Amino acid sequence: MIEGVPLRFRIPEPPARPGERADFSYIVVPPAGSARRPEIETDPSEMRDLAYSLIRVLDDDGSATGPWIPELEPDALYHGLRAMVMTRTYDDRMLMAQRQGKTSFYMRCTGEEAIAVGHALELDRDDMFFPTYRNQGWLIARRWPLVEMMCQVFSNEKDRLHGRQMPIMYSAREVGFFSISGNLGTQFIQAVGWAMASAIKGDTRIASGMVGEGTTAEADFHNALTFATTYQAPVILNIVNNQWAISTFQGIAGGNQSTFAARAIGHGIPALRVDGNDYLAVIAATRWAAQRARANLGPTVIEWLTYRAAAHSTSDDPSRYRPADEWKSWPLGDPIERLKNHLIARGDWSEEQHRDLVADVDREVLAAARDAESYGTLLDGRVASAKSIFEDVYKDMPPHLQRQRRQMEDER
Amino acid sequence: MTTMAMNAAIRSAIDVMMERDDNVVVFGEDIGYFGGVFRCTEGLQAKYGSERVFDAPIAEGGIVGAAVGMGAYGLRPVIEIQFADYVYPGLDQLISEAARLRYRSSAEFTAPLTVRMPCGGGIHGGQTHSQSPESLFTHVCGLITVIPSNPYDAKGLLIASIEDDDPVIFLEPKRLYNGPFDGHHDKPVVPWAGHPLGEVPDGYYRVELGSAAIRRPGDDLTVLAYGTMVYVAEAAAEETGIDAEIIDLRTLLPLDTDTIEASVAKTGRCVIVHEATRTSGFGAELSATVQELCFYHLEAPIERVTGWDTPYPHAQEWDYFPGPARVGAAYRRVIAA
Ligand SMILES: Cc1ncc(C[n+]2csc(CCOP(=O)(O)OP(=O)(O)O)c2C)c(N)n1
Repeated sequence: MIEGVPLRFRIPEPPARPGERADFSYIVVPPAGSARRPEIETDPSEMRDLAYSLIRVLDDDGSATGPWIPELEPDALYHGLRAMVMTRTYDDRMLMAQRQGKTSFYMRCTGEEAIAVGHALELDRDDMFFPTYRNQGWLIARRWPLVEMMCQVFSNEKDRLHGRQMPIMYSAREVGFFSISGNLGTQFIQAVGWAMASAIKGDTRIASGMVGEGTTAEADFHNALTFATTYQAPVILNIVNNQWAISTFQGIAGGNQSTFAARAIGHGIPALRVDGNDYLAVIAATRWAAQRARANLGPTVIEWLTYRAAAHSTSDDPSRYRPADEWKSWPLGDPIERLKNHLIARGDWSEEQHRDLVADVDREVLAAARDAESYGTLLDGRVASAKSIFEDVYKDMPPHLQRQRRQMEDER
Repeated sequence: MTTMAMNAAIRSAIDVMMERDDNVVVFGEDIGYFGGVFRCTEGLQAKYGSERVFDAPIAEGGIVGAAVGMGAYGLRPVIEIQFADYVYPGLDQLISEAARLRYRSSAEFTAPLTVRMPCGGGIHGGQTHSQSPESLFTHVCGLITVIPSNPYDAKGLLIASIEDDDPVIFLEPKRLYNGPFDGHHDKPVVPWAGHPLGEVPDGYYRVELGSAAIRRPGDDLTVLAYGTMVYVAEAAAEETGIDAEIIDLRTLLPLDTDTIEASVAKTGRCVIVHEATRTSGFGAELSATVQELCFYHLEAPIERVTGWDTPYPHAQEWDYFPGPARVGAAYRRVIAA
């Protein structure tokens, strides 16, 4: 028996801070193709290893290997590549617009494009996605008009959300994209509720929810897993592990003790841990989880391993808390480069075609930005009317809001 | 004395208390190495070590709950909620636990925590970075609610809050971190340097909880305000030429009713100003209090100027924010009544 030993308080520390050498030795990267692919009917207790391994399809020279290679038409791959390039170009353009004061705020998803894009293209049109603020790739992949997105970012007179929401907090029901809240984690359990409703009604549609690894700390994350397993809801529960939650590294959400995917095991939910920068792996894992949900086999948890290459937001300066060049050492590379190299290796693509694609996308984004700006930006104040803030608080405006609206007008 | 911005004054208060009391620990989201998104804890981890200043998982319920446990052990946790808009997952631990621990255990256990959180609008933060939820806390028996309006008070009130043996909600109007703000958003930002209340003693001092301050003495009417609205009320007095007596409440609970009563007894008129939504806002409590204490002195109905009863909009921020024009209009109505 050990008696009287002073207890120690332990605080996990990230492997590197500014001025230190980036160190990703904590990320073990197994060879592409090495993770097994169980049948979807497999009992969850017999696939726990997949919560600790890493599903990868694309190897370093761009060839696809192993049991997770998804069947995909070259056209579908091209569409995925284009959507990823478009997402990055869009992000860069909106960042510039923020610097110019045309919007108050922006968040990029640089380096994480494959996840939302692949997920969007693999799920069905009618499924419902409960996104994070870093899932703009979904909208772009589903061809929601860039102009619509930009008008929301500019809070201008064509913004469908009437300037009420912060930039990037889109809502796009017609492409299965649930309204983004901004409060972390709240929507994870809502995805489960939506899926439960679909099952209650004998529908065929499924739901998917995403959170960042930092957000797995919120109670709503745990509520989602509990409800999902209890009711075997047809839902995909995604954790985007991009290593950082603002200045807080993944170890502060418990990531040093186990994988995030492994949170599913205690709930008896199957979990996949997937290379999130590998477009083919994104498609394959999404397909597997969606098939399980559609076959009444219940929920799946997926941890997507990736890296937040950009700042958290335009209010953030990551060089204050992590090595400025950390992204260069990220072992899973750049999702766009990797898919491009794969297409080239297959003989379906060339550097020249890629340059043309980038130029073409650039033009399209620029044209959309011009169009969107013609409806105003935050800079010129062509926003929805002040009066409009009283609408949609309730279905019918109660008398006290009518009074307040009149008062606002009287006091102008 | 040193010229400090309000975030620096808050940092200084924590620093002073960590130095004086080993039991003070500080944690919250991004507050350790990084020093917090508003830099209120910058340098504290380097000075006191990560066992006393550390990052927390993103779980407000967890942060408050852990602080209650630490308080029960005998520590004095000072926790940060990154934005008041994100405190809601922590409300159960605050309302059902921290606020009632003393009562339900007959003081066998207590919860001497201080819960800091930036509040209020003015930074284009939309509905998730602008809220003023003070009345949710003042409605809970067992909680103390404090809201400073300047660096000097922020430091003295925070020290008093940390020393207090009951749970204290410490709201920090974020638009005041870097300077006073009177609602004229199109004017250049004014820094704290040069403002008398930006001069802050370096060491220990207290501003007692439960004491209001008269920011502007006057005879025409009494204005009850706190946080950012103190400066809006001052601007409105300037612009209307009405001789308003402006009271900065500083602590909402316990409320300094003596100062309020003396002022309204003198002026006979009262305007209440807050940024939070109107219905069931703290202004309703203030209005009832003034009516109870000063009914026979009142010469006009009490007016409230508040945020509209809608979520805080992003693009129409300045239509929502109760600026000097709206406050001034209320002064005129109350004087004319
Ligand atoms: C309930 C709640 N608490 C705190 C915040 C402030 N906040 C916004 S984003 C963020 C970090 C989230 O990190 P993660 O979940 O890992 O997602 P990532 O930003 O890395 O994509 C924090 C703390 C919030 N939006 N909601």
